[in-house]
Amino acid sequence: MTRLGALVLGVLLGASACERTPGEGPVVRVGSKKFTESVILGEMVTQVAKATGAQATHRRELGGTTVLWEALRRGELDVYPEYTGTLRQELFAGRALKDDAALREALEQEGLRMSASLGFNDTYALGMKESEAERLGIRRISDLKQHPELRVGFSNEFMERGDGWPALRDAYGLPQTEVRGLDHDLAYRGLESGALQLTDLYSTDAEIAAYGLRVLEDDRRHFPAYDAVLLYRADLETRAPLALRAVRKLEGSLTEARMVKLNARARLERVPEAQVASDFLKASLGLTTEVRTQGTVSRVWQRTREHLFLVGVSLLAAIALAIPLGVLAARRPRLGQVVLGLSSIIQTVPSLALLVVMIPLLGIGSKPAIAALFLYSLLPIVRNTAAGLGGIPWEVRESAEALGLPPRARLWRIELPMAAPSILAGIQTAAVINVGTATLGALVGAGGYGQPILTGIRLDDVGLILEGAVPSAVLALLVSALFEAVARAVVPRGLRLRE
Amino acid sequence: MFTLEGVSKRFGDLQALHPLTLTLPTGTTTVLIGPSGCGKSTLLRLLNGLARPDTGRVLFNGHPLPEAPDALLAVRQRVGYALQGGGLFPHLTGTQNVTLMARHLRWPEARIRERQGLLMDLTRFPAEALERYPGQLSGGQRQRVALMRALMLDPDVLLLDEPLGALDPLVRHDLQSDLRAIFERLGKTVVLVTHDLAEAAWLGHDIVLMREGRVVQQGTLDDLEARPADAFVTRFIQAQRPLPVGRAG
Repeated sequence: MTRLGALVLGVLLGASACERTPGEGPVVRVGSKKFTESVILGEMVTQVAKATGAQATHRRELGGTTVLWEALRRGELDVYPEYTGTLRQELFAGRALKDDAALREALEQEGLRMSASLGFNDTYALGMKESEAERLGIRRISDLKQHPELRVGFSNEFMERGDGWPALRDAYGLPQTEVRGLDHDLAYRGLESGALQLTDLYSTDAEIAAYGLRVLEDDRRHFPAYDAVLLYRADLETRAPLALRAVRKLEGSLTEARMVKLNARARLERVPEAQVASDFLKASLGLTTEVRTQGTVSRVWQRTREHLFLVGVSLLAAIALAIPLGVLAARRPRLGQVVLGLSSIIQTVPSLALLVVMIPLLGIGSKPAIAALFLYSLLPIVRNTAAGLGGIPWEVRESAEALGLPPRARLWRIELPMAAPSILAGIQTAAVINVGTATLGALVGAGGYGQPILTGIRLDDVGLILEGAVPSAVLALLVSALFEAVARAVVPRGLRLRE
Repeated sequence: MFTLEGVSKRFGDLQALHPLTLTLPTGTTTVLIGPSGCGKSTLLRLLNGLARPDTGRVLFNGHPLPEAPDALLAVRQRVGYALQGGGLFPHLTGTQNVTLMARHLRWPEARIRERQGLLMDLTRFPAEALERYPGQLSGGQRQRVALMRALMLDPDVLLLDEPLGALDPLVRHDLQSDLRAIFERLGKTVVLVTHDLAEAAWLGHDIVLMREGRVVQQGTLDDLEARPADAFVTRFIQAQRPLPVGRAG
């Protein structure tokens, strides 16, 4: 089985290594956050850089500001679209940076630079359905004070960030207590269905018009400016001056209205972001760029390869560590308690948190995802190994000892074969959980089936969600079946008689 | 063959064996007998080092059982051991169970085959059942496999813990006859644990009657009957009468 695993791994590694074709121009790695506007901007930067001959790659839809920020600082990304408000309120929270000049200075200390504004301000706003707002007579944020019973749902990021809900509540003295945190893209559907009455918006959201939403007036000017800028590493100026100069032509090229339209094209008309970006570049900068579209089959195949890579590597590593740990746990019960306790604690860490914790250590891409999946896979294998060994009847154990077999031979010839069904069941559990959890890898740029799911949620496109979810479910079933087959081949026949 | 000097053993609050001194003679069958929990199985397991005495020492061929794990393993290879139910490895076939240790010691194939053939004759084990797994064997067959496994390396001593414990009466009767024949043919030192006095008398020369972690009396059944050490000996013998078979020396 291990040999088969190594073979699969080798094929996967080989396949992913082939993708990196050496070229001439400087490498420019672009990142974007997991909302449409950021993806479109990231796509624009990538295409412009490519047009100058740079080898530009785009890691789309990374899961949150911290992920991109850390990746940029570590040098795994060169440039990504950011907002001045986010920098000031979140990344440099507590530094009280008064103006953009102070911000630039703080960035410089990190080896980073910031472009001028791209031309629009995408700030937070609160929105309600027009009809609902009309019925309740709410126009301004301060009107909300008269409606403590409102059902409110905010994006998770807005719930937690310094300038988000807590600050807004204090600034306006808002009484709402029934406030839920949820994914930004789900909030619109909540409003539509009536499950929510109030949510946070971005001022360039395509949905404002599409869902008939009223943007509440920020009458106390609570929300700061969120001017869109490009954040890039200082060394890009020497490494890829041509590409950077071209990219900075995007400064001042977009207005809020323009951005709402671009967002609407991508989100509501389902035009691929690459195409939206390309059309914009042609219309406003007169730049012709190449948009390569990938067929469904080759896209799914690529996702499958990425997904198998994540699952395969993490599972093999987990097996290699967890079986010896399980043996140790069975031999030394007190140490075993510690081992099992630790792996149980790992299991309770939310996947997303674990992924984000990994980023400062391992950067973005498949590495942090594999590390997290590896950690999650340990518990079922350790526990089943220990349980399998512990379940061997005492008379069998004693017979092996009385025969004069040395401990190592007892382990290999008697104990591990007898524990094989339990160990395999543990590996099977780990593998199936792994296939599901690996979909979160897309949040840190590891690709896999999570990528279409993320895009699908973002675009409210059930077809795309299924493009990730269905293969993921099928893969889980296949993996499960594979281990059934492995069990038939590996578990000694004498043990299967009893079943 | 074995000498126990001031040996005692305690499991938690339970004093399994009080300090006792005992000699088990070479070339004969000694039966350890007594009611459940009298310490007879513990005593047996002290002989091959599966249990370690708290006090005193166990001598094997005049030498104390070694402390070093490797040396102890070497001793165990000269002491065959089989217990109730056989303790067979369920994932290995009959043959694999029997030859496991010989293969581990890298005996030549021909020698393994020869030895196994001899043991099959000795235990009257059917050749066609050799490739079966323990789960496919009858209780009596399992016990015969366990016996072959214990005898595979041609040990000096055979330790048997209630070898016929879980068998139905007819199978048990057959195996008792076979065991006696085997013991006579091999002439090995055998130490056997049972709680059945008839079986003890049928199989053993020397009987060690135990009670609550102490040896009450050691001798032949005639000794025990004619010159009981205390009232318990008489009660124990009477409790098991009438004996289904004639007494053997």
